[in-house]
Amino acid sequence: MNITVLLALIAVLVALRFMKAHLLLWAGAWWVGIYVLLRFGFRVPIPASVISIYMGIVTLAILAYLSSSDERREEVFGPLVRFMTERRHTPFLAVTVLAIPALAAANVYVQMNVAIEPPFFPRTIHPASPTEITVQDQRISIDSGDNPYRALEQSNPDEFRKHVENGRRVYYQNCFFCHGDNLGGNGMYAHALNPIPTNFADGTTLPSFRETFFFWRVSKGGPGMPEEGAPWDTAMPAWEKMLKEEEMWDVILFLYDFMGQRPRAREEVHQ
Amino acid sequence: MNGTMNRKLALVLGPVTGVLMFAGVVLIATFLTNREYAQPYRAPAAVVDPTPRVEGVAAEAADAEAKAKATPYAEAEYRQFPVIGSRVAVWAVSQLHLLFAAFVLAVPLFAIIIEIIGYKTGDLRYDRLAHEFTKLLSVSFSLTATFGAFLTFLLIALYPKFTNYLMSVFSPTFLPYVLLFFAEAAFLYTYYYGWGKFHPLVHIGLGIGLNLVGTGIMLIANSWLTFMTSPAGVSDTGALISLYDAVYNFTWMPINIHRIIANVAFGGSVAAAYAAFKFLQAETDEERAHYDWMGYIGNFVAILAFLPLPFAGYWLAKEIYAFSQTLGLTMMGGAFSWLFIIQAVLIGNLFLAANYYLWLGMGRVEGRQPLQKFIKYLLIGIALCFAIWATPRSILATVSEIRAMGGSTHPMLGFLGVMSAKNTAVNILILTTFMSFLLYRRTGKIATVAWAKTGHAAQLTIFAAAAFIVIFLGIYGYFVEATVRIGLSVPQVSSVLIAMVSITIIDVFLFRRAKMTGDVRWGKIPPISQYVLIFIAVTFTWLMGLMGYVRSGLRQHWHVYGVIRDTSPDAFTPTLGFATQVVSVTVLIFFVLIGFVFWITSLHDRPDFVPSAKTVTHPGADVVLGGALGHQPGIARASHFEGRTQ
Repeated sequence: MNITVLLALIAVLVALRFMKAHLLLWAGAWWVGIYVLLRFGFRVPIPASVISIYMGIVTLAILAYLSSSDERREEVFGPLVRFMTERRHTPFLAVTVLAIPALAAANVYVQMNVAIEPPFFPRTIHPASPTEITVQDQRISIDSGDNPYRALEQSNPDEFRKHVENGRRVYYQNCFFCHGDNLGGNGMYAHALNPIPTNFADGTTLPSFRETFFFWRVSKGGPGMPEEGAPWDTAMPAWEKMLKEEEMWDVILFLYDFMGQRPRAREEVHQ
Repeated sequence: MNGTMNRKLALVLGPVTGVLMFAGVVLIATFLTNREYAQPYRAPAAVVDPTPRVEGVAAEAADAEAKAKATPYAEAEYRQFPVIGSRVAVWAVSQLHLLFAAFVLAVPLFAIIIEIIGYKTGDLRYDRLAHEFTKLLSVSFSLTATFGAFLTFLLIALYPKFTNYLMSVFSPTFLPYVLLFFAEAAFLYTYYYGWGKFHPLVHIGLGIGLNLVGTGIMLIANSWLTFMTSPAGVSDTGALISLYDAVYNFTWMPINIHRIIANVAFGGSVAAAYAAFKFLQAETDEERAHYDWMGYIGNFVAILAFLPLPFAGYWLAKEIYAFSQTLGLTMMGGAFSWLFIIQAVLIGNLFLAANYYLWLGMGRVEGRQPLQKFIKYLLIGIALCFAIWATPRSILATVSEIRAMGGSTHPMLGFLGVMSAKNTAVNILILTTFMSFLLYRRTGKIATVAWAKTGHAAQLTIFAAAAFIVIFLGIYGYFVEATVRIGLSVPQVSSVLIAMVSITIIDVFLFRRAKMTGDVRWGKIPPISQYVLIFIAVTFTWLMGLMGYVRSGLRQHWHVYGVIRDTSPDAFTPTLGFATQVVSVTVLIFFVLIGFVFWITSLHDRPDFVPSAKTVTHPGADVVLGGALGHQPGIARASHFEGRTQ
């Protein structure tokens, strides 16, 4: 968080409190304050699409508050009605009427006057896998399969560690150029890729899936992305052409081991 | 002067116009003649054509006829619906059928409860209210049946092979379905037309019968559609092995529960919208008071059913995930995930609107409303939870934004996009809405029991404890494996439900013989509240359409997932924009039709048509009219003529 912005906003709200500001001013201050917080209050900026969703919610909430009692309705709409109907406000009203399209025009200008960027790419993070794949003549069920070496974690820990170490070797020989040395999706080639490589260190990606899902993504890569649904795009190679099946399972073991996370377990299917 | 000028102008303009028209006709004729197809010039044949044209044409026709007769019968796999295509046609009609069916199933559910309350308390207002709700049923039932028949014909005509397959699997369920349908018609019309004609207990029995039969119909139809998503009881190639398994497939029971609850929420909201419509039309205070009350009850039913709905939906999603990880991923992380953001926005709006209606309702109570001061805190809670629920996991971002975030997920917002955050948000939303209801309930009342302070403290403690458990388990969910996290939703929900029940029980005793500081003035509520009720009904309907599409579209290029592949030209997942357009248009059509239902129903209350004096046609009418209009024979004759045309 950007503490300076946060403190400045709190100072404004406290000042309004001392001034015993009008409800309308409060509403405006909250709206603008939340926008400023979302826009400038975070060190890693929030994407505009999310800000739009949040501001829509804030707008609805403020309108609901202002109009949910007789007193507040009178306090808010009374001045507005007087502003629009009393003769003494006519010049300001005219300025307001002119300002509305002018603001809309200014907004269009601001929206259009942005740096040229590659076109927007509506890619979902987790594409749906097929139910079954064939890798090096082996049929592997994505829905009901498991990492064949995961069971060693309990039955033979030494053997399990060997697989993890093998996975580490495979990762640093092949994957880290894009996915980074700390699995953060920030490898040396990452800047050249669009979309950028998956960040396994985000805390939520690895535990959301079963290992078979990652096996599918590793073995089939970009060419194996599903046809239906969206124009998929990724630079991930189809590693089945370069790695053995065991190596691919091992590298998945390494991902979980490195991040200290557990894969999603298979849910009980009851009939 | 002007008249003369006009005549002169007409004299000049007439011939000019005539000449122009003639020139125009000549031009058009020339234009057409130039473009007329003309046989190219051919030199005369040196010899006589061995096959005269007439004989050649006849031979061709005979050949074509012979070929047509010899064509073997082949069953069509698909047929195309004109203009909009088969998929959209079936989609829209099935959605409309479902919406009316949901309404017809839901209204009797709460009508019977209201009728029973009226019977037990002896308060005739409840009886009248239940009757008023039931008035909406008869036209809606006809429309449900009409759309059901339409859907069946469309399926047979457009998807004959697939429909044939479904029939082959489920044919034993069809006869019970039809019989139940007849029984529902019998119960429904007897229940409605028999209002006040039977002993109340007999009438209540009819209502219970109507509900049982209606639910039975829904259960059978649910087995067909859930089989398409999570087939069971068939071989890999689709041959039936066990009808029981096919019916009782993985998602059948979750859909049954989800639909029963959702139907009540939807039916309550549409009935409240009807009351709002009547409130806005009302001309007297009595009418406004009645319809305000009706709208309140309808909305109460809707929100009461709405509160457990997210959990039923969660269970359904869990079962889909358990049946197939691929389906689960398609739904929550893949092509359909953005629809869940739209869903979150709609549900968030529903919560906000439901709370807003309750806050507006505080204005019904005379005098000061000190509880209004709590609204801002409730609103902050609602807005925060709404924002968390609407935070997407797959964020739409430009390339530079993605680079700034260091990946497709935001380092902070990424934690709000997963289930732990969503579950926590929805539970707190439910608690907040419940709190709004409590505040509304105690507006204008002061507890007078000796243990009032202790009671309030106990309520607050329970509320705080429930909120703490929900938030604690929500945070804890980030540190455990996914299946454990899913399991945490049970204690979260349980704590919310226990809190709601225990706080309500305390509240009932706390406000017994409470001191009233102001009367409830039904009908004294701003008109905006009625638009909120209509908004809630529209949003519910939209939500049903949207989530119905997700449930059905999830199968992607399969008619029956993994068993019968869709090979029609429509075997692709439409864009989200197109899908939402289809859903929106369907919702619009539904509301046009439900407006028709409201209108037909409101005819009940209209006074009977009474012919005016001048249109009376009985033999004495001329005498009366002749006497009154004796000096205006022309008018008298015209009136007589009008009368005879009636």
